[in-house]
Amino acid sequence: MDRRARAVPGECTGIDSRLKLSFAVTDAPQGTTALPIEIRDLTKRYGSVYALNSVDLDVHSGEFLTLLGPSGSGKTTLLMAIAGFNRPDSGSIRFGEDEVILTPPHKREVGMVFQSYALFPHMNVADNIGFPLKLRGITGSERATRVEEALETVQLSGFGARNIDQLSGGQRQRVALARAFVFGPRILLMDEPLSALDKKLRERMQIELKHLHRKLGVTTVYVTHDQREALTMSDRIAVINDGELIQLDTPEVIYNSPANAFVADFIGESTMLPLKRDDAGALFFRGQKVGDAGADEGKDWTLVVRPERLFFAGAGAETDDQTIVLKGVLREAVFQGESEMALVAIDDGTEVAVRFGTSGRASPAASITGDQVSIGLDRNDVIIIPGEQAA
Amino acid sequence: MARADADGSRSGKHLHGAALKRQHAREQWSVLSLVVPALIVIVLIILIPLSWLFYLSFLGDNGGFSLENYHKMTQYKSYYRIFVTTFQVSILTTLACIALGYPLAFFLAQLPPRWAGVFMLAVLLPFWTSLLVRTYAWLVLLQKRGILNEFAMQVGLWETPIKLVHNMTGTLIGMAHIMLPFLILPLYNAMRKIDKDMMHAAANLGANPINAFWRVYFPLSLPGMVAGSLIVFVLCLGFYVTPAVLGGGRVIMVSNQITAILENQFDWGAASALGVVLLVATTFTLYLAARVFKFDAALFGRD
Repeated sequence: MDRRARAVPGECTGIDSRLKLSFAVTDAPQGTTALPIEIRDLTKRYGSVYALNSVDLDVHSGEFLTLLGPSGSGKTTLLMAIAGFNRPDSGSIRFGEDEVILTPPHKREVGMVFQSYALFPHMNVADNIGFPLKLRGITGSERATRVEEALETVQLSGFGARNIDQLSGGQRQRVALARAFVFGPRILLMDEPLSALDKKLRERMQIELKHLHRKLGVTTVYVTHDQREALTMSDRIAVINDGELIQLDTPEVIYNSPANAFVADFIGESTMLPLKRDDAGALFFRGQKVGDAGADEGKDWTLVVRPERLFFAGAGAETDDQTIVLKGVLREAVFQGESEMALVAIDDGTEVAVRFGTSGRASPAASITGDQVSIGLDRNDVIIIPGEQAA
Repeated sequence: MARADADGSRSGKHLHGAALKRQHAREQWSVLSLVVPALIVIVLIILIPLSWLFYLSFLGDNGGFSLENYHKMTQYKSYYRIFVTTFQVSILTTLACIALGYPLAFFLAQLPPRWAGVFMLAVLLPFWTSLLVRTYAWLVLLQKRGILNEFAMQVGLWETPIKLVHNMTGTLIGMAHIMLPFLILPLYNAMRKIDKDMMHAAANLGANPINAFWRVYFPLSLPGMVAGSLIVFVLCLGFYVTPAVLGGGRVIMVSNQITAILENQFDWGAASALGVVLLVATTFTLYLAARVFKFDAALFGRD
C-alpha cells in the first residue's frame, strides 16, 4: 500500500486548476548551503511530565527528516525548541558549528511553516512574503523581485496584491511556504503544515513539498502525526513517543523493520501475534516455526503481520520453506475501493486482517463469510519484534 | 400564487408548498414579536422625548418657529468654550485611557486565562460600584487636605498642598478612572484573539520583540483599541457627574451647561438646542469613526 503510494505520485489530479502538479523550476539544489542540526541530551519537563527526555538527534545537511508521533509525544515541543519558541531545561542544539540553545528565535535564521500558517492578516500576500526581507533591510526593487520569485516557485505568480482572506487554504499554505524560504534560511521547519487541507490537496502538496525540498536543498524538519505522510515525504523518519526518540531510519526500514511494538503499530496497519520460544531459541506461532531469537532469552517475541503482505492460499496449501500458512474462518470482507479488507479468525479466534487488491485475480471470490480459508505469508515478509504486543 | 399552491398540490411539485410557506411566515413573525417590548420602550423613552427636544429647540419666545436658540449659541463665546472644553476633556480622557489601558490589557492578555480573570476582577470591581461613590471617593483622595496631598507632604514630595481637584486635572483623573474598563474590555478581547503563532512567526522571520510588537501585534490589536476608544470618547461627550463634582465649576461641559440653563433660567429651548447640537456632534463623530473603522475592518480582516 504505502510503497505503492510512493511509487505513483501522479495519481493526485486536479482540484484547483491554477495549481499544477509540481513546482516549475529545475530540480538541481540551489541557494545557500544547508546546515546540519545536532541535538544532544535535550530535556524539557512540564511539571513531572517529560515532553522531551534526553533526546539525541542528528539531522543531516540537506535531508528531509520527519518527526512522527502521536499527539502529546513531544514532536512539536522538539520542533519549537529548534525554532527557539520554548526554553528546554537542558541540552544542546547546534546548527552546523554554532550552539543556538541560548539564541533568541529572531536570530536563529530558520524558516518555519506553521500549522495555522500564521499569515499576517493586515498585510497582503506580497507584504507577508516581503516581511522577512524588509526586516533584513532589503528594499525596493530587490525585495519585489525576490517576492515575485518566491511566488513563482510556489505557483502563485500575480497573487502579490491579494489579501490573505481572499486565498483558499491551499493558497495560504503556499504563501506561508514562500514566506518561510524567501530569506534563504539554511534550515526549514514545518509543523503539520498540511493538516488543514482536504485529503486530495494534501496528497498533492506532499509531493510538491518534497519537490520544493529537492529544489531548495535546505535541511528540513517536518512534524506530522500522519504516518502515511511521513512515509511519503521523508528521507528519514524519527519516531517519537512519550518524549523519547524510539527509532530513526528511512521509511523503508521503519516500515519493514520496526524497532518495537509501538512503531509497528503506529506505522502502517498490522496484526500482532505472540510467539513462543523453545529452548533452542527458535520462535513458533501455533507450532509453526517462524524465526529465531538466538541466545536472547529474557524477552517475549511478537510476530507482526502487515495485511497487504498476506494473501489467500489455495485450500490445500501447507507451510513450507517459503510460505507460512495459517488456517481460519473468514469473518468479514469489506470493500474499500482500491482494496478489499478481510478479517480471518484463526484457530483460537484471533482475528488477522488481510488486505488484497480488487483487480479480480486477487479476490477470493469463492469465499463467503463463514468459509474455511487459508492465508499465506511469505517468509521474507516476516517481521519479528521483541516485547509484548502493543495494547 | 400562494392560493394556487394551496390547492395546487396535484402536480406533486408544490406538495404542501403553501402550508410550508405559511409555517415559515408564522415562525418569522413569532421571532419578530420578541422585539416588540424593546420597540415600545425605545419609542416611549427615546423617540418621543427626542422629538419633543427637537421641537422645543426650534421654538422661539413668541411660541412660533425660530432659530434664536441656535443663534444664541453662535453669539456668546461661552458656548464655544463649552464645546471646546467638552471635546478637550473627551479627547484627553480617551488618550489617558489608552495610555493606561493598553499596557494593562496587554498584560492581561499574556496571562493564563485563569489569572487574567482574577486581575480582570480588579478592573471590573470598581466598574460595578456606583459612579457617584467613585467620584466622591476621588474627591476624598485628591482634595487639599486629602489623602494624597497629606501623604505626599509627609513623605516630602511637595511642601504645600497641590491643587488636584476642582479643576481640569481632577476631572481628567476621575473620568479616566471611570472610563478605563470601557477601553480595556474590547481591547483585551481583541488581544486574546491574536494567535500566538503570529508572534512566533514574526520572531521566526527575524523580527526582534519591538519590531514584532509594532509591525504585527499592534496592528492586530488596533480594531479593539479603536472600538474601546470610541466608546470612551462618546460616553465622555455627554458625561455629567464627574465634571460636576471634580471640576468644581471650572470644567463646564455641555451636560453641565444644560443643567445650569434649566436650573437657573428654566429655558427649555436653549437647553434643548444644546442637547441637539451635542447629539449631532456625537452622531457625526460616530459616523466618521465608522467610516474609518470599516476601512480598518477591511484592512485588518477582523475575525
